This record gives sequence, C-alpha cells and structure tokens, in this order.
Amino acid sequence: MEKIPILKMGGFLLVTIQVDMHDQLAMALQDDLTQMISQTEARGVLIDISSLEIVDSFIGRMLANIAAMSRVLDAQTVVVGMQPAVAITLVELGLSLPGVRTALNVDAGMDVLRSSVNGARGIYDGRIH
Amino acid sequence: MSTIPIDHRTSALSEILTRNQAELAADWVQEMSGAIRRSDLMKDTELRAQCVQFLSLMKQALDTGGTNFNSGAWDPVREMLGKISRTRAEQGFTPAETAMFVFSAKRPLFSQLRQACKNDAAALAAETWAATELLDSMGLYTTEVYQKSREAIIKRQQEELLELSTPVVKLWDGILALPIIGTLDSARTQVVMESLLEAIVQTNSRVAIIDITGVPTVDTVVAQHLLKTITAARLMGADCIISGVRPQIAQTIVHLGINLQDVTTKATLAAAFKIALERVGLNLAREAAKTEHLKP
Repeated sequence: MEKIPILKMGGFLLVTIQVDMHDQLAMALQDDLTQMISQTEARGVLIDISSLEIVDSFIGRMLANIAAMSRVLDAQTVVVGMQPAVAITLVELGLSLPGVRTALNVDAGMDVLRSSVNGARGIYDGRIH
Repeated sequence: MSTIPIDHRTSALSEILTRNQAELAADWVQEMSGAIRRSDLMKDTELRAQCVQFLSLMKQALDTGGTNFNSGAWDPVREMLGKISRTRAEQGFTPAETAMFVFSAKRPLFSQLRQACKNDAAALAAETWAATELLDSMGLYTTEVYQKSREAIIKRQQEELLELSTPVVKLWDGILALPIIGTLDSARTQVVMESLLEAIVQTNSRVAIIDITGVPTVDTVVAQHLLKTITAARLMGADCIISGVRPQIAQTIVHLGINLQDVTTKATLAAAFKIALERVGLNLAREAAKTEHLKP
C-alpha cells in the first residue's frame, strides 16, 4: 500500500506529498503524523505539496485538520509550495485554511518554522552543522 | 419554371463560363471598378486573378453539382469565397464592398446569358433565375463569413485587452506589484488571479502589492474578488498588500461593511513598497540609495 513518508529533520518533521492524495491516504497520513509528533516531540511540521496538482474539499479540510491537530500537540505546521491552480481551487471551495501557515518553498518554510519555534532552533542547528 | 430540366439550365451557364471566361472576367473587373473598387486596399492584378480563379471554380462546380450551392460540389467555391471574405474583413473592406464582389458579377453574366438565349424568352428567364439564385446565395455566404471573421477579430482583441490590462511587474527581488486598471469583473479577476499566482511561483516572490488606484469603484463583488486573490496568494505563501485606496473607496468599503481587517492596506504604492521591503528584510536609506539601486 502507498504510504507518505514522514522524515525527521532535527526538531522538525518533513512530509512531502508526491502522489495523488486520495481520502484513505490522507487519513493514514493524519494518523502517522500525529503519532510521529508525539513520539519525536517535534516542534514543527513542514508539508510540501509542490507536486500536488489536484485537491478536493476533503483534502483541503484534511490539511486544516492536520494543522489544528499539530497545534494541539504543540507543533507548528507550515504548508509549502502550493501550486496556483490548487490555491485557486481551495479559495473557490471556500477553504482559506485559516491558522495554517504557508510559505513559497521548503527553504522559506524552514525559515518560518525556525523563527516561530524558538525552542527548536538550537536543536535543529546543532544537528545539522 | 419547373418544367425546364436542370441540366439545361446549368449547361448554358457553364457553357458561357467555359467559352467566354476571359471576356466575362474583364467585364466583371470593369463592373467592380465602378462602384466598389478599393485600389488603396488591393491591386488590380490580384483582383483579376481572383475573378479568373473564381470563374473556373464556379464552372467546375456547375458541371459536377448543378446550381445547388449547398451541395458538396461547391465546396471549393465556398472555400475560396470564405478566404476572400476573411482577408477582406482583415484588410478593412466594408461588408457591402465584400458582398459586391459576388453581386457585381450579375450584370456581365446576365448580358452573356441574354446573348446565349437570344430567341428563347422562357429559357432566358429560367437561366436568369437560376443564376440569380446562385449568386444571391454566394453573396449571402460572403456576408456571413465576413461577419464571422469580424467577430473573431473582435473576440481576439477582447482577449488581448484582457491580457494586456493585467501586467504583473517585479519591483524588487521577492516583491511583485499588480496595478489594476478598470473595473474588476469575474472574468478579469480570474485572469488577474492566475497571472499573479503564476508570477509568484516564477519569481519566488514573498510579497505582492495589489494597486487599485485605477479601479473606479469598489463594491462587494470587487472586494470579494480581491479577497479571493489575496487568500489564494496567502495559501501559496505570499503576503499581499493593497495599495492605492482612495478616500472615497475607503468610505465605500466601510459603508458596505466589507471586512479588510486581515489585509494590509496602504494609501499609496510607495507606502506599500516600503512595507514590502521591510517584510523581505530590506532597508532603504537615503545615503545607501544612490549605490543600492545601481546594483543589479
């Protein structure tokens, strides 16, 4: 079965969605991610959806849900690399994803996480360099 | 008229077209030169070539398909007429001038018919009727094609206008500006939104300034379109700033109860640019400015 990998990078979790999201996959991701956050005590989650070309209201809501769940588990979520078509679709569906932070690319997303999660900064820098 | 067999009718026409083609073409060009000749738009030789080609095509069609203009045998003629109408619409001929290309063939053709059926009044009437019918339907066809190509031109220009009216300009590394001129309707918002979002991806911009100085009025619909664009940009990770809010528009927005609380608004593009520079971590100072903007 398909599975979306969740990578641990310092104090953050990195999720790259590279396949078409269907509902089951999204549910599995939600399970895995919450599990991972509580296991690793990550302070930030970065979801890269630059390869995602099709969204529906369910996937849109799922992204918002994941962000909300992460916040409850004390982790910031940043969604990066949304395609113009996807953004337009979400807006037309009335899903403006309030409370989800966004960035243009992984680089910018990491900056956002680093600046917002002060505590994680030291750990992250310590492991990378 | 129905007593006259079809092959008889066509044979006289086609015979004339075969035998007196050169003469007919000359008369025709002569006829056209009177009323509708546009020597400023078209060369004589070109027109003559068109006439000759048209007559020979018409002859072929008559021989194979009779006088029924809608039959398949007339396809080449239709094609040629279509081409002529289209090019004339583009060149700036009027619809009347375009249709007269066909109608001006009547007089030369009828006088030839008169000579051919000198002693047979009934045959002449039948021939004339058939020829009239044929030429009329051809004339109508030219007008129709002319109209269609005109419409196509108008549509294309409309689209070009739409594209032209929504430029996305880069003000600095990571800062885009979108000056909107004219009223925002749904179709335009779609183009504006798409071009802005595409530009954000291409230039990797973190801040986009939407300048509405050129928007005459802001009503709830326009505001909603603006908010949609801003939300979509935010989803992609870019900040939007609205600039060029005129006092009157500010009043309208408040009176209409439009909520722009979450959006940064500035009165001028300059003020918005300043904020944008701050957001990307740049700082303009008076002394540094001289050297700063000389850098690539």
